[in-house]
Amino acid sequence: MAEQTILQEPVDIAAHFPESVNQDTRSGFHGWVVRTGDLVQFATTLRDEFGYDYLSSVTGVDNYPQDQMEVIYHAYKTSGGPGVEFKVQVGREDPVVPSLVSLYPGAEFQEREIWDLFGIRFEGHPDLRRILMWEGFAGHPLRKDWKEPYFEEELKPFKSRWPDGHVVRAEEKNPFQDNLEYPPGFDPDEWTPQAEEALYKGLSQSRIPPDPELKTDTLIVNLGPQHPSTHGVFRMAVALDGETVVGLKPVMGYMHRNHEKIGERNTFLGNMPFTDRLDYITSMSNNFAYAITIEKLLNVKPPERTEYIRVIMAELTRINSHLVAIGFLLNDLGAFFTPALYGLAERELILDIFEATSGSRMMCNYFRFGGLARDLPDGVLQKIKDLVYERLPRKVEEFNTYLVNNEIVRTRCQGVGVLTREQAIAYSTAGPILRASGVAYDVRRAEPYSIYDRFDFDIPVRQNGDIFDRFLVRMDEIVQSIRIIQQAVQDIPEGPIMTGKSQYSVRVPAGESYGRVEGPKGELGFYVISTGKTNPWRYHVRAPSFINLTSLAPMSLGNKVADVVVILGSVDIVLGEVDR
Amino acid sequence: MANELTTPGYDIPREIEHQVTITRLDQIYNWSRKNSLWPMMFGLACCAIEMICTAASRFDFSRFGMEVMRPSPRQADVMIVSGTVTKKMIPQIVRLYNQMPEPKYVIAMGACASGGGPFKEGYNVVSGVDKFIPVDVYIPGCPPTPQALLNGLIALQKKIDTQSLSTVPWYRKGEIEPVPVPVLGPDLIDLRKSVQIKEYSAQRAAGLQDQPAVEGQQI
Repeated sequence: MAEQTILQEPVDIAAHFPESVNQDTRSGFHGWVVRTGDLVQFATTLRDEFGYDYLSSVTGVDNYPQDQMEVIYHAYKTSGGPGVEFKVQVGREDPVVPSLVSLYPGAEFQEREIWDLFGIRFEGHPDLRRILMWEGFAGHPLRKDWKEPYFEEELKPFKSRWPDGHVVRAEEKNPFQDNLEYPPGFDPDEWTPQAEEALYKGLSQSRIPPDPELKTDTLIVNLGPQHPSTHGVFRMAVALDGETVVGLKPVMGYMHRNHEKIGERNTFLGNMPFTDRLDYITSMSNNFAYAITIEKLLNVKPPERTEYIRVIMAELTRINSHLVAIGFLLNDLGAFFTPALYGLAERELILDIFEATSGSRMMCNYFRFGGLARDLPDGVLQKIKDLVYERLPRKVEEFNTYLVNNEIVRTRCQGVGVLTREQAIAYSTAGPILRASGVAYDVRRAEPYSIYDRFDFDIPVRQNGDIFDRFLVRMDEIVQSIRIIQQAVQDIPEGPIMTGKSQYSVRVPAGESYGRVEGPKGELGFYVISTGKTNPWRYHVRAPSFINLTSLAPMSLGNKVADVVVILGSVDIVLGEVDR
Repeated sequence: MANELTTPGYDIPREIEHQVTITRLDQIYNWSRKNSLWPMMFGLACCAIEMICTAASRFDFSRFGMEVMRPSPRQADVMIVSGTVTKKMIPQIVRLYNQMPEPKYVIAMGACASGGGPFKEGYNVVSGVDKFIPVDVYIPGCPPTPQALLNGLIALQKKIDTQSLSTVPWYRKGEIEPVPVPVLGPDLIDLRKSVQIKEYSAQRAAGLQDQPAVEGQQI
């Protein structure tokens, strides 16, 4: 199992660069270590000669106390197949790595995130600002020697809690009785908040040149973070010429809740409930991706029955997520809440199934390494059958009747927010956005995981890359998910649901692992490094919502401000995943 | 209450029975307020989805007079803080709270808004929205089910019912001071604590503070 997905690639890549590229020889690690100076050249060759056109994930690792930081890249071919992993290593003191934004524009936000959280500068990045924290925040939090104000111990379970159980409230150890810490000598009276000049400066740079004949001013409007159409606490700074958008910068981090820092203190299993809260509409898919990642390291395979239940749950999640996405897209179009109510009504039925199996409507925490938390209770399978054979197909028909041929929906959506095929790949978009732009890329087909190779289903693809096509792709995917579940509920065998004994503290062999699934929003990946202890050394989430937002500006430029709201709705973001 | 209004316990002439009632000002004031609470349409995180579900058809909080969700704080009575409050977001939340007209109420929905929840230890997480704004009702859960949210809203209605015009702060003399909006510095700066912050940081700079709460943050 581990062999299939290990990111090893043809040796001739290394042959191209005999001096600057070496294989990562640490036990459990794979990929190529590229000399920092040759990174751009290596990536160019990789993209242009070897066809790795899709840079999926970029992340950093701090190898403290060694004087070494790493930036790790995962690239894939949109034609499918395993990917290639390459990395650069730099010292911890003022690290600089060449930026790959010019080659893969999809790296823009990810490189900014690494600058923000690790303090690695990217030379040549067009707009290197903090992305999740604010400008002026002290330190780079994901560095291993950076401690949060409530720091108690390096790893969980904390000794104060287990086995002794002398819990002290975190506030009581802090001089401010709060989650606060300031550098020595800091004087709040002298502090001038670093205004968002850099943001607005960047905005004026990305302007479309104004009409030379008309003298007009551009106006900067901030949508969010408290705005009913931003799907949460997301903010867009928009430069407007009249009603036309001439510049757009997403601003995020308003819900950055330090998933990765907390994840590196947690035990491996302790992260499972946290993955629920990433994209909180699709907790089962998040569980799936994380379980797969750790199972690769553990080299265990879940039993047959578990695989089927996993697929059923993941596909129900996809239907659930798309219903919400479609409902709220219509909301953004001005059909205030009625379509959303129809979507939510069906969603409740799916949530009932989740609640019956896992005990929670939204935060399922249902998957375990090598199995599941519990088996399906009596009667649930019948409920699922009723849903996928009777209710949902009828409802999809209803949605089709009322929405797909609706004149207003068509006029507002067709030809708006277009992302070309080339752009979609370059910006590393994933999921329905990528497929609506004519790229038939779905991880379930490109690199099948679990038992997806056994089912008969299509990958819906549309060619126009506009809002309407994204909407249609989601509608089609609901139909395909129903098809998959119909097959799965027929074939599901009886049997155990856990390989080996379920245990609280899993000891994971040292090494790295990148596991990915096709989540409802796109490729959801987890990058985990284990040092052989009970806690991960590095725990990174490749969040599709976050990376999809890189393409928001190119989609929006030139459109009217009212359309931007709909374009954002068609990207379908969930802030828990964007900001993590 | 509705019963009390139709049968107030006073002698009312038969021909105008059920059309006229006798009640206390407090009672009718509270009765009308509590049955037309307008929540602010304001979602932060996971809990917001359950809030939407509570508004949707199955749970439907319009049964309690709360379906009018207002996107503007100027038109809202109750702020449902539905999700993790981060340091980056708290200035906006305080500002929104200040913009709400009195009488205003705050519900801390879920573990994060009540006290930091599972993300409490995070460097960007505020340990509960009550560090900055006063909270009327706390709802436990992660996220609270729609039933729990409904229960919380009913608890708020009960609280409103106990208030009296003669004691509520918004009919007193003088202005109600707005909550100072926190500033984003090297860490979140609560302006009410700036003296304390200054003293502590000066002490640390002078090396008087031998044991800082955490080791120095290296950049």
